This record gives sequence, C-alpha cells and structure tokens, in this order.
Amino acid sequence: MKTLKTLYENIGLPRLIIALFFILLIVASIMLGFSPAALFSDVVRRWLMYGTLVLAMVPGIQSGIGLNFGISLGISSGLLGAVLAMEFAFVQDWNALYGAGSPWMTLGLALLLGVIFAAIVGTLYGMLLNRVKGSEMTVSTYVGFSIIAFMNIVWLSLSFKNGELSWPLQGQGLRNTASLSGSFGGLLSNPDVVQSTQPEWLHWLAFKVGDFTVPLGLILVFGFLCFLVWLFFRSKMGIAMSGAGENQLFTTSSGINVDRKRIQGTAISTVLGAVGIILYAQTYGFLQLYNAPLMMGFASVASILIGGATIRRAKISHVLIGTLLFQGILVTALPVVNEVVEIGTLPEVLRIIISNGIILYALSKTKGENQ
Amino acid sequence: MKQKTNVLNKLGSFLFDNKVMIAFAIICLAAIVLSGSPMTFIVDGVFTRITRNTFTVLALIIPVVAGLGLNFGIVIGAIAAQIAVFTVVYFGFEGFSGILLTVLIATPLAVLFGYLVGKLFNRMKGAEMIAGLILGYFADGLYQLLFLVVIGGIIPVNNPTLIISGGVGVKNTIDLTGNLKYAIDSVRMVDIVTVFFYAVLAITVIKGILHLAKKYKLNRGDLTLFVVSALIFGISYIPAVERFLSTDRLVLLDAFTAVLIVLAIFQIFKIIKSIGDKEPASALKKPILLLVFYGALFGLTFIPAIEEVMLFVKLPVLPFLLIAGLAWFNQKILSTRLGQNMRTVGQSLSVASASGINADQTRVLAMIISTVLASWGQIIFLQNIGTFSTYGAHTQIAQFAIAALLVGGASVQKATNKQAIIGVILFHTLFIVAPQAGKELFNNAQIGEYFRVFVSYGVIALSLAMHAWKKFRKDSPDGTGEIAALSGVTAKEPADGG
Repeated sequence: MKTLKTLYENIGLPRLIIALFFILLIVASIMLGFSPAALFSDVVRRWLMYGTLVLAMVPGIQSGIGLNFGISLGISSGLLGAVLAMEFAFVQDWNALYGAGSPWMTLGLALLLGVIFAAIVGTLYGMLLNRVKGSEMTVSTYVGFSIIAFMNIVWLSLSFKNGELSWPLQGQGLRNTASLSGSFGGLLSNPDVVQSTQPEWLHWLAFKVGDFTVPLGLILVFGFLCFLVWLFFRSKMGIAMSGAGENQLFTTSSGINVDRKRIQGTAISTVLGAVGIILYAQTYGFLQLYNAPLMMGFASVASILIGGATIRRAKISHVLIGTLLFQGILVTALPVVNEVVEIGTLPEVLRIIISNGIILYALSKTKGENQ
Repeated sequence: MKQKTNVLNKLGSFLFDNKVMIAFAIICLAAIVLSGSPMTFIVDGVFTRITRNTFTVLALIIPVVAGLGLNFGIVIGAIAAQIAVFTVVYFGFEGFSGILLTVLIATPLAVLFGYLVGKLFNRMKGAEMIAGLILGYFADGLYQLLFLVVIGGIIPVNNPTLIISGGVGVKNTIDLTGNLKYAIDSVRMVDIVTVFFYAVLAITVIKGILHLAKKYKLNRGDLTLFVVSALIFGISYIPAVERFLSTDRLVLLDAFTAVLIVLAIFQIFKIIKSIGDKEPASALKKPILLLVFYGALFGLTFIPAIEEVMLFVKLPVLPFLLIAGLAWFNQKILSTRLGQNMRTVGQSLSVASASGINADQTRVLAMIISTVLASWGQIIFLQNIGTFSTYGAHTQIAQFAIAALLVGGASVQKATNKQAIIGVILFHTLFIVAPQAGKELFNNAQIGEYFRVFVSYGVIALSLAMHAWKKFRKDSPDGTGEIAALSGVTAKEPADGG
C-alpha cells in the first residue's frame, strides 16, 4: 500500500490524468477502427519531431535559469542556418554536383550554421539572463517574442534565388512555409524519401514494418543527442552546472563560477533549440518561418513539465515521457474528436488548455510543496 | 551660474527618467515624416485609438501600485466582457440599455474572475507576471472551449447569424452594427448633462437629509457642485446651446476650447482666491503664466493647418468622460485608506504585515478592481470598433495595453495616469503610421507592420529586463526572484520582486 502511495506521489496527479487520457484516446481510436500501426507511426513521428526541442529545456533548467521560454532564439538561429544552407546549396547547384549526397551536405551545413549562430546568440542571451536574475522567465518570454518579431522583418527582407524559399515573382521576402522535399526533408524519417533518393545501403534509415513506419535514422540521432546530454550531466562540467542551478551559495563557496555555468547552460539550451528546429523541419518536411515558432517554446516547456520536471530539476526521462504524452494526446485526439463530435478545432483548444494548464500548475505547485 | 547648472541637472534627469518615452517619441516623429500621411488622417486615427484603448490601459495602474506588476491577467477581464456582449447580442438587446445590461452581466463575472486570479497570484508572489501571462493563455483556451464547444454543443442555441451552420460553436465575427455599435459613443451631450444634473440633485438631497439628521455636514463643495450642475442644466435649455448639445460628437476644436476655458476659469478662481487671502504677489506668478499659456494655445488653433485638423476630428463625448472619470478614480483611490494600504503592500510585504495590513486581501482587491475595469474597457473597445472578433478581440489586449503603458515611461513598479495617456498616444501613433512608413522606406508595408509588432514586444522585453537588472543590483545576488520565490528557497520577502 505504501509503495503504491509513493508511486502515486512520484507520478503526480496531472501526469496520471494525462496518461489515463492518452490511454483512453488510444483505446477509443482503436475501437473506432483506426489502424493502430498508422496511429503509432504518427505518435512516434511526432514524439521524435518535438523531442530535441524539449531536450533543450534540460540544460536551461539544470543551470538555474528556469523554464527557457526564450528557446525561440535557438529556433530562429536554426531556421536562419537552414535557409542559408538551402540557398547556398541552390546557388552552388549541389543537386547536380553531388546527387544523393546533396541533401546530406545541406543538412550538415544547416546544422553547422545553426549551431554557430545559436552558440553566439545563446552566450549573449546567457549574459543578459545573468543580469536579470530573479525574473528570467518573464524576461525570456518577451525576449523570445521579440526575436520572432525581429526575424519576421529579416525573413521579409531577404531576397533569395532559391524558388523553394522565396515568393515567386516578387524578388523579396521568404515564403511562410518552404517545402524541404527537394532538400533534406524526410531524409532521416520518411521511408518514401529514403527509398527514392538514397542508395541501397542507406535504406535502413527509414523503413516500414507492415503499416508501421520505423524512422530509425531519426531515432538514432535523437537517442544520440539524449545520450550526449545525459553524459554531459555526468561530466565534471555538467555536475558543476547542476550544482550552480541547485544552490548558488554552496556552489560559489566551493569555487564554481555560477554565472559562467548559467551562461554555458543557456548556450547549450539555445544550441539544442537550433538543432531541434532543424530536426523538426526535416521530419515535418517543411520549414516554417514567420510566426509559426512563436509558441513553440510554450509547447516545449509544457512537454517537459508533463514529463515530471519542475522549474529547478529536469532529467532525460522527463523529456521522453513528457513529449510522448503531450504529442501523443495531440496526435490521437484529432481523429477521435473528428469522428465523435466533428469539431475540427477542438484538439487545438485542448493543446492550449493542457499546455498552459500544466505550466500554471507547475508554477503554483512548486511553491506549495516547499511551504 | 549655479542656477544654470541646476537647470541643466534638472533637464538631464528629466531626459534620463523619460528615456523610453523620448526615444519612442523620436521613432514616432520619424515614422510620421517618412509615411507622409496627412495630419488629418493621423490625428483622427490617434483619437479613435485613444477612445478605444485608454480605459483598458488605465485599468493597469492599480495592480502596479499594489506591487503585482504589470497585470497580464486583464485578458480575463476582457473575456468577461465578451461573454456578456455575446449574451446581450444573442438575446437581442440593443442601444444604451443593451450596454447597461452588458455591464451588469460583465461586472459580476469580472469580480469573480478577478477574485480567483488574485487568490492564485497570492500563491505565486514574486512571479505574478509570468503567471498572469500563462493564465491569460490558459483562460483563452477555456474561453475557446466555451464558445466553440459548449455553446451549441451543450447549451442549445438557435441563432443562424451567430452560430456556425452546424449548430455548434459561435462564428468568427459577430457584427455589432444595429445593436451595440456606437452605443456609448453616440450618447448625446444633452442627455449626459441631464443625467449628471439629476444624479447631483439626488446626491445633494440625500446629503441634505443626512445633514438634517445630523449624520453628515454639508460643506461648501457640495453646494458649489450642485449650483454648477444646476447652472449647466439651466443653460442647456437655451435653444442655441440645446442644438449644440443634442449632437453626440464634439469637434476637436470645440472640445479643446472648452477644456481651455474650464482650465482658465480654474486659474482665475485661484487668482481671485489668493488676492482675497492677501497672499504675496509671487503666488500669482504661476496662475498668470498658465493663463498666458492657455491663451497662446488657443491662438495656435488659428493657424490654418492646425485648424483644419481640429475641425476634421470629431470626438465621441461619453467615452472621453469615462476615461477622465477613471483617471480621477485612480487618483482618488490612492488617497483613501485602501489606496494607502495598496501602496504599502506594493512597497514591502513585511512592512505591510507589520503595520497590520492584510496584504493578501489588499492584493486580491487590487486584482478585482483591475479585472472589472478591464472588462469595462473591453466593452468600450468593442462598441467603438463595431465588429466583435469572437476569438481574436481579447488575445492581444494585455500585450498592447502594457506596451502602451511602458512606452509612456511607466515601469513594473511605478505607473501614473499621465504615463498611460502619453503612452497610448505615442504607441498608437506608431501603429497608425508604421505600415505607410514601411512602404515608403522599404517599399513594403508588411515590414512596417512587423516592425510595430517587434516594437511592442521589444519595449516590454526591454522594460522588464531593465527593471529586473535594477532590482537584481539592489538585491543580494541570491535574491528573491521568480524561481527562488516559486521554490520557496530564499523567499523571505518575495513580494519585493516584480
């Protein structure tokens, strides 16, 4: 009985409700006659699609800056890297030069540029957050909003030659959504893309077992990133960072530069955000510019909180569980809702209520626990 | 020489204190020049925006005083108003009585919401702003659930003009033409004067009865008010005046002249009083200078360019009176005991509890007042704009109102009526001219639109960051911030934080 109680306390009421809701939705959708394989393919796809963006929350929380609503900085860096890489590939005509290797090179260049931008921006952002200690979350939310609004101006002013990116006949401004089908879209996750564009020996990257899609390439990449973060927080630097986040006074007295740790944590979080959005785009198949990433930070924050993180502690398991539950509900809710009540916007409403509700719950709960 | 440096110092500190406002004013001026839009268009637009938005911006002031920071939760007040507007339109009420009913429905809802928000904020002292922001989004979700699913889905409704053709959910936009549009704007001045007179009459009679019952002492102010209102009421029967007053819009030139006359009379009274009290001549200097200044301002209206603008712009009367009333209320409440308590709570929770103030209750009260005012502000906004965008009208309200307040030079801890009004003027001027300026400058109006969004986010980010920086330098490094406050680690006195 006691173990059951501790188990319940470990899971927490909201997570329990959300998990039960998820199971209910799965049962309902199978009973309604949806193919389980297709459904689970979708769940896994969305899980991996958002995974890295949620993973980016971990270094932020651990280093003590709280919930990093400013992940939009990383997202914008990643997007900028991606559009620059695509334009470069187009101008240099990589498709003609390198064939099947071209999307890989574009992806690589996008990641490289994105990571470089994110590292610079993230460091500056970390320095800002050190000056606003105590109000990180409010400030970072609005810094995040501002950067998206600023990037809107940038997207609108860029004039690119690549027709996938720029509006036709206008000469100025990028599209709202740019298709990645001619580039690195689906390279790690879409069986059709992999089978048709890649050589035989790479066909394991994404394949189908019956109706179930296995995006093995993406699983490996995401797993590798999780492993890296896990490893990092077992390194000396990572342990110091967790210490800095946990107890500033203690850490300072043991000779660790708390401010520097916070900057590092913020920078790593931002870099993961950049990598995350590129992986997101390659899975989704489209690059979403302008206001599309405005609320992505909120979704990431909500996911990790659903997974059981608090605003001071987060683990890889929180990322995995939280993203699975949050995205899982959104994926399964859509067909079920459409079948049962025929209100297409209901899943979107659910998303808003669940994500903000869980953030609000976490904000009020942490305080209550410690009183 | 000494005086000169003093003036310079003063000027320097004025510039420093108002740096946000001044920087914004420069951006506005540049945008106006670049856009090349005619002044009639800009001034008319700005006054329309002032009518619509000032009330909501003024609703933000009390929470700032009470130490709750910028109230991102006013979205919830707007939601209360929108539920009321929908109900009133659905049941087919219209005109000013429709507005009264809307207020009657919105107010208790807003009181309830404000109470709940206040209770929640008391659990999150030191993190009210982030909580309010998230709460706004959360409330938006519940609102969408109500309007998309519950109305029609659970509560049966039958109204093809309001409900989506499937019978479940409210349409995207509700046209207020013919029911609530301009219901406040179009109240005639003569009606306002009449209602004002009867209200004053009733109050004076009650006070008179209390006076006779020896529970209240009538003073000179009471009688003056009565005589003045009776005089105005009497004058309104003169045919020429009656014709003038039976319109609902006031030409800006007339409004300006009227305000100048009232101000001038006020100053003349001051002069007469100080002569009567035999005060030294230096006391007369200021009122006389002001009189000259008002005269000069009036003289300016004879410049053709200004006169053209001032004759073009027409103001709805009642919204401006309501705005003035709220500004007066904000000012008055601070001198009451409740207002003093709010200030004390806003400055320091520990001082407040040491002097026996129930801080939690005061904070909840501040939230209730702000939420109710925000809901009224939203009603003024909707009736002026004339189309009720069901799922969009409230979403940006906190964002824009807060940005406007900050542009006026307010901060997380200090906000005044003056800052609110200046802020609304500057912020909305930029909103009006930015697209055109973007078009002239970059050959793309969209850039101007994105620029104004960037500015509204940016000014909030900047203000919050500057405030946090200042606070952080003042506090110990392990201060009492959001995260510490929420985790209760070092929360000795969390409400010092923003």
